[in-house]
Parts: sequence; structure tokens; C-alpha cells
Amino acid sequence: MKKEFLTGNEAIARGAYEYGVSFASAYPGTPSTEILENIAKYKEIHAEWAPNEKVALESAAGASLAGARCIVSMKHVGVNVAADPLFTLVYTGVNGGLVLVSADDPGMHSSQDEQDNRNYAPFARIPMFEPSDSQEAKDLIGIALEVSEKYDIPVLFRITTRIAHSRGIVRLGERVKREQLAYQKNPQKYAMIPGFAKRRRVNLEERLKALKDFSESFSYNKIEWGSIKEFGIITSGISYQYVKEVFGDDVSILKLTMTYPLPEKLISEFVNKFEKVYVVEELDPYLENHIKAMGYKNITGKEIIPGIGELSPEIIREAFGAGKAKVYYKPLENLPMRPPVLCAGCPHRGVFYVLRKMKAVVTSDIGCYSLGVLPPLEGIDSILCMGASIGMGHGFKKAYEQEGKESPLVISVIGDSTFLHSGITGLMNVVYNNSNTITMIVDNSITAMTGHQHHPGTGYNAKDEPAYAVSLEEICRALGIKNIYTVDSYDLSAVENAIKAAANNKTEPSVIIARRPCALLKGKGPKGLYKVNQEKCKKCKMCLKVGCPAVQIHGEEIIINPLSCVGCSVCAKVCPFDAIEKAGEER
Amino acid sequence: MTVKNIFISGVGGQGTILAGKVITRALIEHGFDVKMSEIHGMAQRGGSVVTQIRYGEKVYSPVIEKGKADVLLAFEKLEALRYIDFLSNDGTLILNDLEIPPSTVLAGKEKYPENITEFVKNNIKNALIIDAVSKAKELGDVRVQNIILTGALAKVMSFDEEKFVKVIEEVVPEKYVEINVKAFKLGHKLV
Repeated sequence: MKKEFLTGNEAIARGAYEYGVSFASAYPGTPSTEILENIAKYKEIHAEWAPNEKVALESAAGASLAGARCIVSMKHVGVNVAADPLFTLVYTGVNGGLVLVSADDPGMHSSQDEQDNRNYAPFARIPMFEPSDSQEAKDLIGIALEVSEKYDIPVLFRITTRIAHSRGIVRLGERVKREQLAYQKNPQKYAMIPGFAKRRRVNLEERLKALKDFSESFSYNKIEWGSIKEFGIITSGISYQYVKEVFGDDVSILKLTMTYPLPEKLISEFVNKFEKVYVVEELDPYLENHIKAMGYKNITGKEIIPGIGELSPEIIREAFGAGKAKVYYKPLENLPMRPPVLCAGCPHRGVFYVLRKMKAVVTSDIGCYSLGVLPPLEGIDSILCMGASIGMGHGFKKAYEQEGKESPLVISVIGDSTFLHSGITGLMNVVYNNSNTITMIVDNSITAMTGHQHHPGTGYNAKDEPAYAVSLEEICRALGIKNIYTVDSYDLSAVENAIKAAANNKTEPSVIIARRPCALLKGKGPKGLYKVNQEKCKKCKMCLKVGCPAVQIHGEEIIINPLSCVGCSVCAKVCPFDAIEKAGEER
Repeated sequence: MTVKNIFISGVGGQGTILAGKVITRALIEHGFDVKMSEIHGMAQRGGSVVTQIRYGEKVYSPVIEKGKADVLLAFEKLEALRYIDFLSNDGTLILNDLEIPPSTVLAGKEKYPENITEFVKNNIKNALIIDAVSKAKELGDVRVQNIILTGALAKVMSFDEEKFVKVIEEVVPEKYVEINVKAFKLGHKLV
């Protein structure tokens, strides 16, 4: 049998292939992105990037209605965006199997929050599976699709960063032969007017009851008996691996894989065997609260297991009284941090330099440009969620206006992919509610932060085939924006002049599109090289304020590292003494 | 056998991912159960990068506990010190003799510690300091420093050299196979 060493994300993509998925949609978001990237490699599956997670889920709902097996993947906060269709999709149920993968990020490696999306399962009444490694991730995709079809319901497939980005050995199988299921018109099931929805609401409870029976006998919900008599452990997902790491086969474990609906009889059988049962789970006391609500008094969990951040074997060891991990070599104190930085040549750099210089209040958004909040640029005041920059800038201005006070210069900064994801409605609101905000779309022509995924503005689709590229200018015009300034992000004076012109307009909103492809995009980056003319350099360190990794101070001398410089010229433009000069056309 | 742990630290863009791929595939060739954990995302923007590899008869956790790494393979000096608490008492530090100053140092806001080599020589029981950059340049491509270090690791852990060579032939693009095999053998001999 063929084996591969796969990440959880790759295993999910393989599962989608093997178990007959023919439609997949997603919006990129760490740690979920590689699921669709890998699915897109299979010609048997139609794979697409949607503009946002809501559209992804709605498209899958349509494909499912038509009888296709579907998979939709997104990061945890993406499920918030898709929550609207999700809650009602549970009422209608499915035709072809539909699995929604939620990739949560405990510890916030690359997210703005660490919400525990297991809470969505009882809230939306959607059955949920939690794999504990790559092999299970692949196998459970098949089971989730079968459950979805048999019980007429979408399935929530919840993973975390350590499942998504850890590799394990996975046994591969062949793709199952599967016919598209027949579509039959049935508005009582699929058209949720109140009269029909009321009946589906009742029917949903019947489906959940049947799912509960399934959960009771589901072989992946299992007890592993151990020799320790004093206590047992209930766990799920990656926490199972950590518990096994700490206790081996000594402790009795109830490993839950289907974590909604919960197998209450199985839980009873386990809990009744012990004086004390610990629930070991990352983030919220999801299992703990549900089991406590069943009436058991001998359950504990969050009393000893942290509810913030990722778990690890050592955290569990410490929680069970083994003390702190023994450390033999202590790191030196006060080591310099190595924070992520905007790359050399990044087109966002100069824009934030100008914004800081103009002392603008910047409501910003989610993407590479979020790094503009860090020193030395420090050009951002707020970051909330995808698309929030425009609404927040609008509200900020209105608050001053209402009091008859003059607002500070407020600028909403949003990326191209984020604007298409959920910025358009915010801008529509600006025009509709008669605001004179300034929106700056920093257009690097790709979804950069997650690793260069295409979006509806790039001219290519998820399979790298040519596609129609929407024009940001035309969208803004259609929304009613009359003042649109398109500037080159590297041209700092053009950026500054556009902001001044926009700020001088006291009645109408403006959009500045600062455009330059990501410097890492093949063939699209700048060409050339700059160097510091040491005779002209006065060591004023203005160039260091742009925070480019290529501009470096070595002792007293400021130099430009020729290996990192891509020739964007931003440092040369901020130098007050013209001491930074072009050193060549090619690197 | 007990599960063994290899902790790799470095800076985004240094080739730690390829090194991890070669090592894990070779471990699978040895017949071990293997798990590996990498953290992507913001680390790609020149940040600190960590790859954790665990192997043995049966591996559960994909992450290594502090004080339990059999090898800390550090591609950069500061990143060695940042994770030195993962090294076990008898573990070996394989240190690339290379300084990549972080943005905070380049901007003149923080100082790069000067005494790392001294610290390592005086404090770490088993330490190997390898100038992989110079060796890679001698071979003709600075990028193969990752495979030189991989060669040293294979020797330290007494892995089968042939299995590594086979994996390099499989995972590296054809025109780079020769130099990478040379790099691996060079690293192997340095120990």
C-alpha cells in the first residue's frame, strides 16, 4: 500500500479526492489554506477560491443540492463570515455530502483571536468530527461525507493548527467511483420560508436523535482502558496525542472523535468507572461543560488545564503534578526578538511611512500590511477583522461630525483581496450615508500573507487558469465614489499628494488605490539595486525608519545589503541628503 | 525504542523546510514512525522558524518537550540560543556558524549577542560548530548549507548514509541532485 508523509491539510485534500468530492471552495486563511491548494491539483475536483467564506459555503450548498460531494475550508474566523448560510443549511440538509472544515488557531500563531469553533456545533446543531492526526483526517473525511448524506445534514470538521500543519504517515487509497446524485425539486426542504422552516426545524431534531445513536456506536469514539484506577481522562483532537505522550497506555482514555452529538451512554459507561474524570481539551471547556450538564459531579478539567493558548505534553504533565519540565540549558536573557517584517521591496512600506509622517489615524485590516503596526513604521491604529477598516473609519469620522468637531485625518487601509472579501459593502455604506472618508486600497495584486493565492482581481483562478480580473476602480465608481486616485506605492510623493487632495475634499468620500505587485511575485517585482554613498551619508538614520530588512546598520555605517535589496527605491526617496543611489539595473 | 527528537531552528528562507523533508523521508526509509510539526504563517516574513521532528516505534505528539531534544540543529546562532532550553542534557547542538541579525538589530534598536560561540563552547556538553556557509560556497552554491547540516545530523544520529542519498535524489530537482549529494557527504565527514 502506498504511504505518504502528509500534513493534516494535505490529508484532508487527499480524503476529498479519495472519497469522491467533486466541488471544493475556500477563502485562504492560515492554517487552512493548503487544503484547497492541494485539492486544486486534482483534475477530478472543481476547486475554486471564493471572494469570501460565505460565498464559498453557499456555492457548496448549491453543488450539494445538485448532488455533488462538496468540501469547504476556512480558518476559524472565516466560519463567522459563513455562519449565516450555515445555520439554515442545517435545516435544509443536503443532497450530495457537504463537509465544512474549520481550521482553528489556538495560541494565535497567525490570527486575531483564538475562538473555539467547537461551540458552533451545538449552536448550529451541526454534527462535528475532530481528527487527532493526518491519517484520521483523511479517513474521517470519508466518514463525514457518508454521515452527511445518510443523515441529510452538513458536517463540521474541526481541526487546529497542530493538526493542519503537522505531518504523519498516511496510507493512501484509490478514488471511489461515485455518480452525481439525482436532483429533485423539493422546496419544502430547500426553500426556507417560515412555514417550511418550522417543519424542517422539527425534522432537524429527528436527524440529531439519529446522529446521537450513530455517535454512541461510532468506532472512533472509543475507550482505551489502562491500569491507573484513580482517574480517567476524556479528550479529543490533538489533545489525545498529548495525553498518550504523557501517560502512554497507563491511563484509561475516552477518546471522542465525533464531538457533536456526544455519545452520552458511552460517556456514562466511562465516567461511572472512576472517582474522578479529567477532561483534557484545548481552549474552551466544551466537552467539560456538556458532560457536567449531564449531571456528573466527578468531572474536572479547566481547574487544572489552561483555557488560553495551545496545550502541549509538558503543560499536561505539569497539570497532573509532575512539576515543570526539566531544563538543562537556559536561554541567554534579553535575546533580541525576530519579529516578522515586511519584505525588502514590499510596496506597503512606503505607504505606511507616509501615513505615519502625516499623523493619520489609520483604521486598518487583515493582511501583510497589518505588519505596518509594528516598529519602526507604527502606522496603524486599529485592526479588527476582515473588511472592518472601512466601516471603522466611517464611524470614527461620524462620531466627530455629530458633535460638530473636526475629525483628525482618518484613513481606512485595506488590501485588494480583503477589499473584495468584505470591503465593498463598507464602502457602499460610506457613500450611502454621506461620509467623506478616505479609503486606501493597498493593491499588491495577490492574496499575499497566506502565500500568494489568486482572487477575483488577479486575472487567474485557483487552478491557475486565466480568469476575468475585476477592476477596483470600476467597483468604486459603481458604488458612487467620484474621487479615485490611482498611484504607484513606490512613489511616496504621489501617495502623499493623493492623501492631501482627498483630505481637502470636505464633502465627498475618496478612494486612493496604491498599486504595486507584491515584490515576491515572480517577474513582477522591481529590478535593480541601491547603495549608500558613504561620503554623502550624514547618519541621520531616516532610511532606517522605513524598516526595510535590506537597510542595515553595521557599527556606525549604514549599508544596503545587496543580497536583500530588490531596488524599490523607497529608502532613496526618504533620504534627505540624496545619499542613497542606484547601484545597478540587475541584482 | 524510546522516541527520539530533532529540533530544527532557523530563519525564514534558510532551507529548513527542505532539510526537514529530507530528514523525515529518510527516517521513514529507516522504518520508523515519524511525525513533524512546522509553524507557517507570519514566520515566513523573515521571522524565526521552527521544525520539530519525532521518530520511533510509535509517535504520538508532533511537538517536542523542553529538555528532551536529542539534537538541536540550529541554522543560525541567535535561533540556537532562543531554543536551547529544548536540548536534553546529553543532546547535541549542531550549530551553523552564522549570524543573521534580526530587523530590530539592523535598525540599531537591539544588539546581537556577541558571545554566542563562547557560551556554546563553555556550556553545552555536546556541541558541533559548523561553518556551513563557507563550505557551501566552496561547493558552489550557498543554498546547500541546509544539506551540509543535514549530513552532519545524519552522522551524529548514526543514520544510514545511503538512505539519505536516495531521498535527496528523490526530492531535489534533477539538476541540483549532484551538488546536494556532495553537500550531504561533506557534512557527514565533518563530524
